[in-house]
Amino acid sequence: MLTYTLRRVLYAIPVLLVATFMLFWLVRVAYDPCTKLRSTREGAAAVARCEKNFGLDEPVPVQYANWLTDALQGDLGTSSRTGQPVSEMLPTAMWNTVQLMFFGTVLSIFLALFLGVYSAVRQYSVADYTFTALAFIGIAMPPFWFGLLAQQYLAVGPKDWFHLQEPIFYIVGLHTPGTTGFNMDYLRHLALPVLTLTVQSIASWSRFQRTSMLDVLSTDYIRTARAKGVPRRRVVWSHAARNALIPFVTVVALDTGALFGGLIITEKIFSIPGMGRLFYDSLVAGDVNVIVAWLIITASLIILFNLIADLLYGVLDPRVRLS
Amino acid sequence: MTLPPETDQYRGPGTDPVLPAHEIELGLDSGFAPEPVSQWKLFRRRFFRHRVALVALAGLILITIACFAVHWIVPFDPNKQDLLATPTGPNGTHLLGTDELGRDQLARILSAGQLSLKIGFSVAILSVAFGTMIGALAGFFGRWTDQGLMRLTDLFLVVPELAILAVALEYWGHTGLVIILVLSALFWMPVARVVRGQVLSIREKEFVEAARAAGASPTRIIVRHIVPNIIGPIMVNMTLAVTAAIITESTLSFLGFGVQPPQTSWGQMLSDAEGYVGTSKSYLIYGPGIAILLTVLCVNFIGDGLRDAFDPQSEKH
Repeated sequence: MLTYTLRRVLYAIPVLLVATFMLFWLVRVAYDPCTKLRSTREGAAAVARCEKNFGLDEPVPVQYANWLTDALQGDLGTSSRTGQPVSEMLPTAMWNTVQLMFFGTVLSIFLALFLGVYSAVRQYSVADYTFTALAFIGIAMPPFWFGLLAQQYLAVGPKDWFHLQEPIFYIVGLHTPGTTGFNMDYLRHLALPVLTLTVQSIASWSRFQRTSMLDVLSTDYIRTARAKGVPRRRVVWSHAARNALIPFVTVVALDTGALFGGLIITEKIFSIPGMGRLFYDSLVAGDVNVIVAWLIITASLIILFNLIADLLYGVLDPRVRLS
Repeated sequence: MTLPPETDQYRGPGTDPVLPAHEIELGLDSGFAPEPVSQWKLFRRRFFRHRVALVALAGLILITIACFAVHWIVPFDPNKQDLLATPTGPNGTHLLGTDELGRDQLARILSAGQLSLKIGFSVAILSVAFGTMIGALAGFFGRWTDQGLMRLTDLFLVVPELAILAVALEYWGHTGLVIILVLSALFWMPVARVVRGQVLSIREKEFVEAARAAGASPTRIIVRHIVPNIIGPIMVNMTLAVTAAIITESTLSFLGFGVQPPQTSWGQMLSDAEGYVGTSKSYLIYGPGIAILLTVLCVNFIGDGLRDAFDPQSEKH
């Protein structure tokens, strides 16, 4: 296991370096932080000063090396939009995002597991067909549209129909301004964004778990267990579901990394000041330093989750380690 | 022109007269002769037995026709504004109502669909073609070609798609063509991985060895012998690319980073409608969303049908 882990980690490092370098390069090509100066009458001197300031007078690999050196010392530059240091903006945004991610992932895992196992055990039952139909819709549903529908039918709608003072679920932010902490108010804010974030993953993970559960259920050792009289519940949960979990865990780890992209949508619709919202605002404002930092951090997180998926796979299925 | 009866043919001295084919057969009733069935025929037969996939195919064709024939179907110009008319909900004249600028909603949804469909299909074709090429090269040549190409695939798999798209479009411009190219550059990796895996197992088969022994070039072996054998997974992946492209494009447009007005797409229409949630104009949030949902559902079901048709093993699930 140690060799396997080392090999995976050693492989992740060059991928991380090259991928982040490519992203850095892309942003350097796409965004010119000195655009505004070029169109004014301040002239070449001002532009040169600005380029020097951003290090644009060096070749891109050198710029990347400089950026990386600074970044490792905690200096990610200053945001041109807010004037704050980027390294101070990221933790706040990250904390809001982590809350969404945490509840979203936990909810998806439990729902998808339950739905998948249930559908597989009761294959071709009414419930199975219902969940299958819902999963197909969930997979095809654009998350942003689901967000709008959720606002309409779960927040604004009930408030009008029942003439409530305030909606059951809120659609802006994570807390009512002025309050903090883990309480009902927080959960009422959290419900709809988490739902929007997880519709697709619940749908696709439950389908995945169903397929992998069906594969396991048709194996010989399950038949043996049934034949020697092991209770059904035990066969399903401790013999079958355990092994069906192996591919599931990998997919969950891989998709969790990819969820970061989905956050841009959810956080924009529900005005949550997290990483996704930060990226959106920075992109609109052309805030180069934030964009670079955001892309590189996100890519690193995706690589990290891929690594976790690989390692988990190695832990759960010893055959992988040896090959 | 009349041909001489076959039995009268005489091929020269010392040979028997050529007998017509049915007389050579050993008196078997032709009704029992095994009918030669090609892979394609088997595939078609299985696909057409898949009811849901057939309905989905019909649905997709209908949607496509409706989108591209919008001028003949809806008597309103999608971009014609009528600022004096108050926005109306769905009624007899405007089946889906009009928006805040007095534009007919149905005409707009259908014409926006042209862009979404074009992007979906172009991206699918481009990315699958590229992914197949990379995967086939990696799988066929192995060694350092495989190493290099698969490491490249790994690199592309870790980029946050939506974010990269938004940044790239900022630079190259917000046109349909750029969206197609950038999306294709971001969606080829799954196909490449699948194709590589398939090629790895197929290149050891006897018929590939036979082709190589007969002196076929690697290009010929890949194009004529290997790819036709893995067309199933390739086409299934193509349907996945179509839906991914349609959803990503609409998401991008919803954020405002997609095509710019007067061009419109489903995502952009929903972005315009975002502010009307919970107001009297909330009818605007349904149409474009249903259009995306239906299109993606149809393509997904077609993909399911293809999967079952190419791989009868999977039918039991």
